[in-house]
Amino acid sequence: MTKQLPKVDVILVGFGWTGAIYAEKLTAAGMEVLALERGPWRDTPKDFATTFAQDELRYYWRHGMFQEASQSTVTFRNNGAQTALPMRHWGSFLPGNGVGGSGVHWNGQTYRFLPSDFVAKSHNEERYGPLPEGMTVQDYGVTYEELEPHFDYFEKICGICGTAGNLRGDIRKGGNPFEGPRSDDYPNPPMQMTFSQDRFEASARDMGLNPFPVPSANMSRAYVNPLGMQLAPCTYCGFCEKHGCGNYSKSSPQTTIIPVLMKRENFTLRTDSEVLSVEKSPDGTRATGVTYIDTSGEEFFQPAEVVVLCAYPLENTRLMLLSDIGTPYDPQTGEGVVGKNYCYQVMSGATVFYDEEYTNGFVGAGALGMAVDEYNGDNFDHSGLGFIGGGYIACYTTNARPIESHPVPEGVPGWGSEWKQSVRANFLKTTTVGVHGASMAHRSNYLDLDPTYTDRHGRPLLRMTYDFTLNDRRLTAHITPVAEEIARGMGGREVNVAERKGSYDSMPYQTTHNTGGTIMGTDPQTSVCNRYCQSWDLHNLFVAGAGLFPQNAGYNPTGTVAALAYWSVAAIIDQYMADPGPLVQA
Amino acid sequence: MSFPTRRKILKSLLFGGTAIAAPSAVFGAIYGRGEGMPWEPLKGQPPYYGTHEDWFFTPDEREAVAAICARLIPSDGDGPGAVEADVITFLDRQMAGFYGRGQHWYMKGPFREGTATQGYQSEHPPAGLYRHALAELDGYCRAQQDAGFAALSAAQQDEILKGMDDEEITFDGVSAKAFFDLILKNTIEGYFADPIYGGNRDMVAWHYVGFPGTRYDYRDFVGHNGARIDLPPVSLMGRPGWNSSE
Repeated sequence: MTKQLPKVDVILVGFGWTGAIYAEKLTAAGMEVLALERGPWRDTPKDFATTFAQDELRYYWRHGMFQEASQSTVTFRNNGAQTALPMRHWGSFLPGNGVGGSGVHWNGQTYRFLPSDFVAKSHNEERYGPLPEGMTVQDYGVTYEELEPHFDYFEKICGICGTAGNLRGDIRKGGNPFEGPRSDDYPNPPMQMTFSQDRFEASARDMGLNPFPVPSANMSRAYVNPLGMQLAPCTYCGFCEKHGCGNYSKSSPQTTIIPVLMKRENFTLRTDSEVLSVEKSPDGTRATGVTYIDTSGEEFFQPAEVVVLCAYPLENTRLMLLSDIGTPYDPQTGEGVVGKNYCYQVMSGATVFYDEEYTNGFVGAGALGMAVDEYNGDNFDHSGLGFIGGGYIACYTTNARPIESHPVPEGVPGWGSEWKQSVRANFLKTTTVGVHGASMAHRSNYLDLDPTYTDRHGRPLLRMTYDFTLNDRRLTAHITPVAEEIARGMGGREVNVAERKGSYDSMPYQTTHNTGGTIMGTDPQTSVCNRYCQSWDLHNLFVAGAGLFPQNAGYNPTGTVAALAYWSVAAIIDQYMADPGPLVQA
Repeated sequence: MSFPTRRKILKSLLFGGTAIAAPSAVFGAIYGRGEGMPWEPLKGQPPYYGTHEDWFFTPDEREAVAAICARLIPSDGDGPGAVEADVITFLDRQMAGFYGRGQHWYMKGPFREGTATQGYQSEHPPAGLYRHALAELDGYCRAQQDAGFAALSAAQQDEILKGMDDEEITFDGVSAKAFFDLILKNTIEGYFADPIYGGNRDMVAWHYVGFPGTRYDYRDFVGHNGARIDLPPVSLMGRPGWNSSE
């Protein structure tokens, strides 16, 4: 029997970055907030201690911080003609689990999307004519200018380290000249770059490009954020991505927001509590609350005035489909919206092998890098190129964790003596120039419920149908040679290029930048949420996360995810509280 | 755990929430309500490293697996291989533990052969795949050479492994290629993982490639400008030189 619990003002489903952001703002505004987190409690001193955080096997290869696939996974296929099969363990991407979510095991690369990224359809059509058949790229419904104060605030919460390239229209040397106008500089100076970035910077400058330090949530110095949270200087240990930071040096919900929130009497967190569905009023116009299950297997109905989906994008989409909210997307007709426009990233790169110089890749940090943005978004003329969008090119020194990272030159076998000796010869003498490419929405890439496979509660798994599109392939074919040219200018013995060819492969790790499925937009016929991230169907249901992106830009998503959360929660507090109802009339 | 204990219901600015029924017990842990960060001593999870009681392989399996690892990462004049790194002990503990059981993996059926892009689709968790594939490998070697894998020459072993890697040798019931890919991945894990897991004994692989291990502060070395940084490795257990016995 389902137990009925006392009503709260707001339920947050999931407690990572967006959950912490909504909770902090809503409790500050006086609301009674309850967060339900499927995974366990986690904190810095206890769970990411520097005496055991640097454990590559445990945290990456045995998936110590991620959702266990046995809890729930996705089924995957490249196209609708194939039978989707479950990802029996994670590979290409790594959904988080537990308090802090993916915000614990991220790298800290904190970009803002370009102004044109938010109006990708109208901007590109105005400049290049109609989008091709099948490309379902849309506008966000919110502009960069509207989000700018929220980008700025999140950068201050995190203490992002960087160099402004465009301060209120003033283009600044050493920053990214293509970024949208910023109302303020970064709160902290860039990280100290190391050998590989110096070589990248020199090579890129020789080519007439404008290299800039990657905006970093790994601290370049001690910092106190607007909530009074103290962050410590990064020690460049290189265990960022896939690991928690025991040094209070990487911004995460734990280091920037949660300790403040835990002191507020109107905030409650229940861990080990998995939401099964969002419940609706009989007339279908409002969410009444959520049904969740705890580790004893007991079910609870938790009523609330407002429900915010703050889980990972894949799980948010699945929850909406399981809860029968909104019309599921149909790739045959192109109608329906939930599960539409699933996108990812298109990654490629070039590895530089040195003979004499040591890159010492173990001296690194998740966001220690230099990048160029000349080939991102619409920063270059796409006329006649046959694609839109782009990507940044960057040289990061993020790790030399040797199970994951032991590059050998082309032609060396994959095992045996020759392989072993080549690993030794090259382990400390390589670096990579990577392309982090956009993924444009296409009619054939989407999420729905799997007809065969179920989770431990008997609910259908989410089914992912995805492959790289013609746009993706042309994009990577155009930009990868630029990365190669930069790499060749960095003075190594040889350069190996990893082009993006063949179908998308669900197994080798690429990025945890899954987007779409609960997209925002200007029209309920083509989007799940309106410009305030509010469900078109249930006015008291809001959705957070990269599932809102109508298509994926050529950047890491966290900065934009956070800005959208701050934008949305401001709308709840400033508009919705005074007059609950649709904030945009359909 | 009872709920609510000393919860203070705040009147919100907007909604007057009405309590309907308080539950008798909630199993999910409850935090917050003004009580601050819930730090408790000894609640962190130390790494699970397995124990000697966890031996999984039979003596014959152990011999075959050790022989396979020794060809994947050979001992040669250049430096230590899987033998010196004791990768077999690592693999034995991994197969005996949650990883071998596939405890964190999605192992519900139906099981179908997938495309190359769909990943692992064996009905067996890792330990089961090892067990079935090793039996098949043993049968193959005895049929071809009248001896188990471990008794063959290095050249013969390499030829068989290459045949599995290239999908020229197939097994009944399990995929020889899936097994090859898995044992290669696991061998590299055991070679380079922290020594607490049984492999990389005495950090030999870290010494060999120049990885300083689990150190966490390199601020003095960021400006190395391409020069070699010589730091002896440290593991989660520290360094042998720090122990009084050495």
